[in-house]
Amino acid sequence: MNIAITLTVNGVVRQVEVPGRRLLSDCLRHDLGLTGTHVGCEHGVCGCCTVLLDGEPVRSCLTFAVTVDGHDITTVEGLAAPGGAMSPVQRAFAECHGLQCGFCTPGFLCTVTALLRDNPAPSEEEVLEGISGNLCRCTGYQNIVKSVHRAAEIMAEES
Amino acid sequence: MKPPPFDYHAPRSVGEALETLADVGEHGKVLAGGQSLIPMLNMRLAAPGHLVDINRLTELATLDVEPGGVRVGALARHAQVERSEEVAAAQPLLRQALRLVAHPVIRNRGTVVGSLVHADPAAELPAVLAVLGGSVRLARPGTVRDVPAAGFFTGILESAAEPGELAVSAFFPLLPPRSGTAFREVARRHGDYALAGVAALVGLDDDLRITTARVACVSVGPAPVLVDVTEACGHRPPASADWASAARAVQERTAPEADIHATADYRRHLTGVLAQQALRDAAREALDA
Repeated sequence: MNIAITLTVNGVVRQVEVPGRRLLSDCLRHDLGLTGTHVGCEHGVCGCCTVLLDGEPVRSCLTFAVTVDGHDITTVEGLAAPGGAMSPVQRAFAECHGLQCGFCTPGFLCTVTALLRDNPAPSEEEVLEGISGNLCRCTGYQNIVKSVHRAAEIMAEES
Repeated sequence: MKPPPFDYHAPRSVGEALETLADVGEHGKVLAGGQSLIPMLNMRLAAPGHLVDINRLTELATLDVEPGGVRVGALARHAQVERSEEVAAAQPLLRQALRLVAHPVIRNRGTVVGSLVHADPAAELPAVLAVLGGSVRLARPGTVRDVPAAGFFTGILESAAEPGELAVSAFFPLLPPRSGTAFREVARRHGDYALAGVAALVGLDDDLRITTARVACVSVGPAPVLVDVTEACGHRPPASADWASAARAVQERTAPEADIHATADYRRHLTGVLAQQALRDAAREALDA
């Protein structure tokens, strides 16, 4: 039996009917066509599917779509400005080579966006703790850590 | 890696949730943060017929510092408890342990009470409840009962919560004066379940001699292993306490099992080292208190 839910995704109100067992990650990708959210491990280890739920990063593979009926979701597609200009975090990842294959990147971008909003000038340790729940098999993390510090700089310059 | 089908219930009040749980009985499972339950569903390790989602019950998202302790409602997220300065001042062991629970993003969603009911012997919060002598409040229509930690964790992933019951809150007693706490653990990677871990509580008298010293150990038995080491510490000031003897007393009480991550002997060794470190840390906090 499907359940009608309403989600505000990247500022757009979306109505969809899903079974109770539909993971939010699958709802975003299959029902709403937003394939920017990647699905890696489906048990909460890899962090690829991280999205912002009412502004807070959460695992969309460990959340049922029906549970978040009525809530705001931001995916990687919603991080850029309305005209398409990349956000400071996205620009910093591009500039510092914070990605290679790009599979883990949507999760990192969402996690780091919330991290820098709450802590605009994080220490090295705070950055490591902040991204500790996201796995990357390409970069070796060094450039991701640089990207986070660079994003903090860009945000400070532009504010 | 998709959950099996279930009937979904989204009660709008605690009363409605209790009625629903009573109706579905042993086929029902409560969904709070879902950070342990949903992986189990995705891997088909669990297949409840009915899922009762309590995420709309904002009346359970409470965090109260009461005269005797901290009461955490069933929908209070790890992150909410971890960030509360009031809670950290009243019962520091909660923040000390929560920082070791998975990763920040998981803590945004997972709940303290959910961790307790999940009763994973490798998890930190059951050990916290055990070492502090806290309790869990279980409700069914018309009845509420408080189950002390000593009787709450009944086995691997098993708690005293019966089918049809909802864990509505947990209670963590305040620290007595002149006491301190610590949590130490070893995990392969930061945020993983610990190979071994120890929560410690040390209390001193007016002459700054040890009057209480106990630990709760994770990953070395089917439930948190609570050991009172007051005698082994020898009623002395922390500077001359016999921590090594206390650590041996802890090791004697553990019955770890081997798995792909560690041998039983290695877990027992780690538990002894961590017990000594945690007891020293807790004693240092008690001296500063």
